[in-house]
Amino acid sequence: MQAQEIEVKGIKNGILVEVKNGDWKTQEKAVLQHIDQNQGFFEGARLVVDVGNRALKSPDLASLRNALSDREIKLWAVLSTSLVTERASQDLGLAIKVDQSMPEPEEDSINSLLEGDEAVFLKRTLRSGHKVKHPGHIVVLGDVNPGAELVAGGNIIVWGKLRGMVHAGAMGDTEAVVCSLDLSPTQIRIADKISVSPPKKGKARPEIAQLEDGQVTARDWSKFTKE
Amino acid sequence: MSAKVLTITSGKGGVGKTTATANIGAALAKRGQKVACIDADIGLRNLDVVMGLENRIVYDLVDAVEGRCRLNQAMIKDKYIPGLYLIPSAQTRDKTAVSPSDMIRLCNELRSDLDWILIDSPAGIERGFKNAIAPADEVLVITNPEVSAVRDADRIIGIVEAEEKGSPRLLLNRLNPEMVKQNNMLSADDVVDLLAIHLLGIIPEDKAVLISTNKGTPIALDEKSLAGQAYRNIAQRLLGEDVPLLDLDKGSGFFNRISSVFGSGEK
Repeated sequence: MQAQEIEVKGIKNGILVEVKNGDWKTQEKAVLQHIDQNQGFFEGARLVVDVGNRALKSPDLASLRNALSDREIKLWAVLSTSLVTERASQDLGLAIKVDQSMPEPEEDSINSLLEGDEAVFLKRTLRSGHKVKHPGHIVVLGDVNPGAELVAGGNIIVWGKLRGMVHAGAMGDTEAVVCSLDLSPTQIRIADKISVSPPKKGKARPEIAQLEDGQVTARDWSKFTKE
Repeated sequence: MSAKVLTITSGKGGVGKTTATANIGAALAKRGQKVACIDADIGLRNLDVVMGLENRIVYDLVDAVEGRCRLNQAMIKDKYIPGLYLIPSAQTRDKTAVSPSDMIRLCNELRSDLDWILIDSPAGIERGFKNAIAPADEVLVITNPEVSAVRDADRIIGIVEAEEKGSPRLLLNRLNPEMVKQNNMLSADDVVDLLAIHLLGIIPEDKAVLISTNKGTPIALDEKSLAGQAYRNIAQRLLGEDVPLLDLDKGSGFFNRISSVFGSGEK
């Protein structure tokens, strides 16, 4: 899914992008391209860019910063072993050292990123203001209240009431699904499609939502399993 | 004696934090408890007005924190009830005048000769709110049966849980049983269903509450008022007594309705 030369990692309070060797302009373009392809995932993020031993000047970093801010991403820090780059970063008011430890999933704003196709499991109620972002799947045992947000690269399963905002397949996976015992999200997004749930009648039943002909469609779980 | 610190907060403004603080304080003191109410809304003080003690303020919370007076000089005795005290906030300063650790220090100093310390939190989730919940042993989240107030309460509960203050208890204020019946207002069940915390009490909508706050006499002392009864019941529940929720449909102090939602939870 990712370009070979870019590595993305979740850290405390942000996302770390490691840029491998090669011509800077080409690499910068590759990073931006990767971000454009995974907009939902990066949007609003604090980005840390590790440029290795490259010597970059202020204009190089400023142009990266501007390109990122056009995409609603804040360039937070630039890591480098080069003194020239460090000096340039400081001139622009960027951090040059960050806490690279993994985020703690119990934080108020959960920003947990694990490698690969794994799932996070949350046994709790997600309240207004809570945000969970994960490149794999998200499984919640509990309710997701209005004002909470789930963003997953893969599928989202909520064993409880889903009333917040969910985005499954945030990195473009159109096969992603959202399941819940009571599927009434404020807004549901699958890949690049956005939809709101229609008003519901009667008792809540487990449902599954997925893309059908480019439309987010919810079906009764019991009917779905019989197909 | 070692006082229990109870912080009353809501996120949204205007839902009744100050009124609740004054009335719970009065109801507790009426039952012989020694209570101090602290107004933590620095810069927008109100609790003194609601308690009718505005004209007796000499020193305030910020004076006590900054050492311009002794703590007991900032404690104003209530006019009606012995054992009830107010520590007013400063009107001319802002939230940054006090830090969370100041509040913890202050409460620890007070603890030894009180039964309860009630803290009236400002609206919002910023510094003033952080100050108010820092010393709390327990948090009481107050909300109205209104979508926006419930949403803010939910956010507050999330923050309180993240601060490891335990699960807060809920106070539902200004419920209008008539409007609920006509499906024009969220019911207590709807609110509890969403917030999923223990419901400590329901205060019915009552014009007499507004009149009493304007006059500076707590409604909790009015034997005839249903809202007053609701506050007295809340005080009893805080003291560990098992009092069923008021039956608001009956219009007077009858209590025998316990639904499955209300009955659940600890205590």
